[in-house]
Amino acid sequence: MSLYALQKLLYELNRDQAVQRRFSTERESVIRGYELDSEEEEAILTEDVGLLYVLGVNGQILMHYAAWCGLEWQEYLEAMREGLRRHGPVRRGLYSTVWE
Amino acid sequence: MPLVFAGVCSHGPGITGRSDQAEPKVRDAFYASLDEMRVSLEAARPDALVVVAAEHFANFFMNNMPSLAVGMAEHYEGPIEDEAWLGIERRRIPGDADLSRRLIEEIMQTSDVAFSEEWLFDHGVMVPLHFLTPKYDLPIIPMNINCQGPPLIPLERTWEFGRSLRRAFDRVPERIALVGTGGLSHWPATPDSGVINEAWDRTFLEHWCETDREALCNYTDGETYREAGQGGFEIRTYISVAAACAGSKGRVWFYEPIPIFAVGCTVATFEIASSGATSLESP
Repeated sequence: MSLYALQKLLYELNRDQAVQRRFSTERESVIRGYELDSEEEEAILTEDVGLLYVLGVNGQILMHYAAWCGLEWQEYLEAMREGLRRHGPVRRGLYSTVWE
Repeated sequence: MPLVFAGVCSHGPGITGRSDQAEPKVRDAFYASLDEMRVSLEAARPDALVVVAAEHFANFFMNNMPSLAVGMAEHYEGPIEDEAWLGIERRRIPGDADLSRRLIEEIMQTSDVAFSEEWLFDHGVMVPLHFLTPKYDLPIIPMNINCQGPPLIPLERTWEFGRSLRRAFDRVPERIALVGTGGLSHWPATPDSGVINEAWDRTFLEHWCETDREALCNYTDGETYREAGQGGFEIRTYISVAAACAGSKGRVWFYEPIPIFAVGCTVATFEIASSGATSLESP
């Protein structure tokens, strides 16, 4: 339940080439720098874009990570749809907010 | 100097990054309209272009998220995105730190803004510049309204921000152009990307053209989320431009949904009326 940390990891990965280099060579070490739960860690380690979406990562952060993982645009959209099919609705964050 | 140019346009990354996937006829018509906007902007002979954007976690995160922020650097860098993904080459873009500082000092008389001497441009700024200042030879003053990480600034406050901008523009000697960028209804970067509520967009643009403060500020975030998606929160950028041009008449040069661009692609400008904003009072 640490969406803030999960998004911060991806935010820093998206914009910092030094983090990208470390992430490429020592991913588990980078992940340990953030307070992620086991499901979030697994989603990052396996580049599970669909699960990351369900866990609540904002698309404006996630789409850059998906591109970094090599997903084309349609593949990215399909990955999120597959995530919804496998894991159910988005659990936290902007897309799960009940707006009054 | 008076504000010499004001308008709004879309900024979706697909506009440049997925150009080859769009239906050519409507895509080319949209590009032609953006080029007309460029010609009109150049004809106004601005000294600087203020871009009010809704940046998307390029500079700001939830550890320190400003509702309103203004760049104050001599130059900027962008795009932050992968160049091939966005279809725009990374480059340095000129700023004007002194002009930024003078504008910020005036804006602060009536609106609370953060400032930053570092700013990375994402597609929210780079896509409009790609079309409007393709030589990247016009100093840019970037501004950001948080439209991504709630709590979001109330619409009435974005209107007041627009009034603060106009007041500041009127108090500097430079000729200022103003462009707001963002989507109307859209669900960007989600499984619903490509969904567009055209009727909602067109109604909003009618209010925008009339600078109808009551109608523009009457939207709630709940209604916007349901009818126009989380991307609809970016109407804040459009509202700030309308407020800066309060009493002017707007004209929509182009509006067509282009799903692969994930937005109803929009180009619109104001025929700018005299300010009426030289006092601290807001009309």
